[in-house]
Amino acid sequence: MAIISIAGVSKSYWRDSLEIPVLRNITFAIAEGEFFGLMGPSGSGKTTLLNLIAGIDRPSDGTITVAGTDVTALSESMLARWRATNIGFVFQFYNLMPVLTAFENVELPLFLTKLSKNERKERAEFALEVVGLGDRIHHYPKQLSGGQEQRVAIARAIVADPTLLVADEPTGDLDKVSAEEILKLLERLNTEFKKTIVMVTHDPRAADKAHVVKHLDKGELS
Amino acid sequence: MIILKLILKNALRHKLRTALTMLGIAVAVSAFGLLQTVVQMWYLGVEASAANRLIARHSVSFIFPLPLAYRDRIAKIPGVENVTYANWFGGVYIDKKQFFARMAIDNETFFDVYPELVVPKDQLESFNRERNACIIGEDLVKRYNLKLGDIVPIDGDIYPGKWEFVVRGIYRPRDKMTDPSNMFFHWKYLDEQLKADWPERAGAIGWYVIWISNPSDAPRVSEQVDQLFANSSAETKTETERSFQQGFIASAGAILTAMNFISFVIIGIIMLVLGNTMIMAARERTREFAVMKTLGFKTGHLIGLIGGESLIISAIGSAIGLALTFPITEGFATVLPKGWFPIFHVQTTTLILACAAALLVGLAASLFPIQRAVKTRIVDGLRQLG
Repeated sequence: MAIISIAGVSKSYWRDSLEIPVLRNITFAIAEGEFFGLMGPSGSGKTTLLNLIAGIDRPSDGTITVAGTDVTALSESMLARWRATNIGFVFQFYNLMPVLTAFENVELPLFLTKLSKNERKERAEFALEVVGLGDRIHHYPKQLSGGQEQRVAIARAIVADPTLLVADEPTGDLDKVSAEEILKLLERLNTEFKKTIVMVTHDPRAADKAHVVKHLDKGELS
Repeated sequence: MIILKLILKNALRHKLRTALTMLGIAVAVSAFGLLQTVVQMWYLGVEASAANRLIARHSVSFIFPLPLAYRDRIAKIPGVENVTYANWFGGVYIDKKQFFARMAIDNETFFDVYPELVVPKDQLESFNRERNACIIGEDLVKRYNLKLGDIVPIDGDIYPGKWEFVVRGIYRPRDKMTDPSNMFFHWKYLDEQLKADWPERAGAIGWYVIWISNPSDAPRVSEQVDQLFANSSAETKTETERSFQQGFIASAGAILTAMNFISFVIIGIIMLVLGNTMIMAARERTREFAVMKTLGFKTGHLIGLIGGESLIISAIGSAIGLALTFPITEGFATVLPKGWFPIFHVQTTTLILACAAALLVGLAASLFPIQRAVKTRIVDGLRQLG
């Protein structure tokens, strides 16, 4: 059963009066529980497509349905609420809050829920345990290695138990060993915790972990 | 809760920058407080004016005397409850830097018309009994270590000669605005000396103070007083005590307006200083704001985050500035020649103005960074480096 349905999606940017097409008439679906890889050269539109799926950007044309919700029809405010409950985002450069500890970073999305302080604490600690950083909860990002920072970012992405995990080049800024650890972690989240994952990468080793891999080139699926 | 934690942690992210901004705000608020205090102290006499009091003086100038004989005629005007009079005496006590007002007054009526000057009954009786007695304000007691029974020697200038007054009473100001540094003595004592030495100057007073039962009668009574003495050798100009006091400070009006203007320019400057800090801070965090939006945080959260940080820096800087205003004002008062300002302390209105300014500065300084953070699209924010 498809958890993500993309139908006729196009996306263009305008630079002054010049229209720059990024995605052209993209149509495909991703099944629930799938580990989906999206590959392509730089500028092919991978990140743009990921952003559209995650609801942080809007298509110029077409519809995107995620877990039964047409995200293209939601207002900004509704979209923010939808993202908080449905999407876990893993960035290439981790994007942790430097002034918050690992625990506080992971707890951050839970402030948008109605969970009590104790429930938030339990959830955040569990997420950090899952990513193997139970002993680093009071460390600040600058006190962690790149691989550890990315694991904190993954813990933050899964803490609210989202429907979908989207990862934009999650190993792009990591050394070989750390990258392998992160990929294993994502694989575990997919198999053990049944998370649907959409991952953008141009690293063939990362793509190998995905069940399904699609290629984008010049804004078109190949 | 997390927003508050982020506000505090963000505010301390660049400790030196935040500290310098707070210091800038503190210095500006202190300067604002001092300037406002100076301006307000100039207007103190106006603020202390009673609505029931009218002042009748010579129409040409305050320095020209009026005949004592006017008193009974003024007293007969309907609506007038009491009439008293006073003379500016001048003179030098110790040296010319020791300034305070010395006035010859009608001992029988003066303190009835000025109920805000509180004199103990026994002291007033003692004062009334002795022709060369004087009543001084409690500020003079502190300033010159005077006590009841002490002699106050004055070198006369307007009224030349060596004058000696015995302190028989000490008045306490009933209101905060009342000048506690005046000296009052018997007009009759002055008049007796004048009759002996300068008979042509005797029988004259400086100005009348008219107590009216209803403040709304002020225009009518003023007009009637002036009509009464129109075309005489000493025409009068009668006005409310407030207008009379305003006339005194009118000569310094341009300077006071400039000082008032500068004090608000300072507020504008701190707004720019804080605005600059907030713009820099928000620009550095463009990517973090984008991440927060990605996580589901809304515009209101960002407004709280940026506005809160701006307000907290402004509030702490202003609190330091206000705390410094008191010692700075006191220090400033000590370097002023004695008696320039009978009362010189920070007024509640100054504190309220400074707090309101701090709030306004905090909010205004965050407007542009908020607008920028809110309008930046998530995808653009995520692309931002640093």
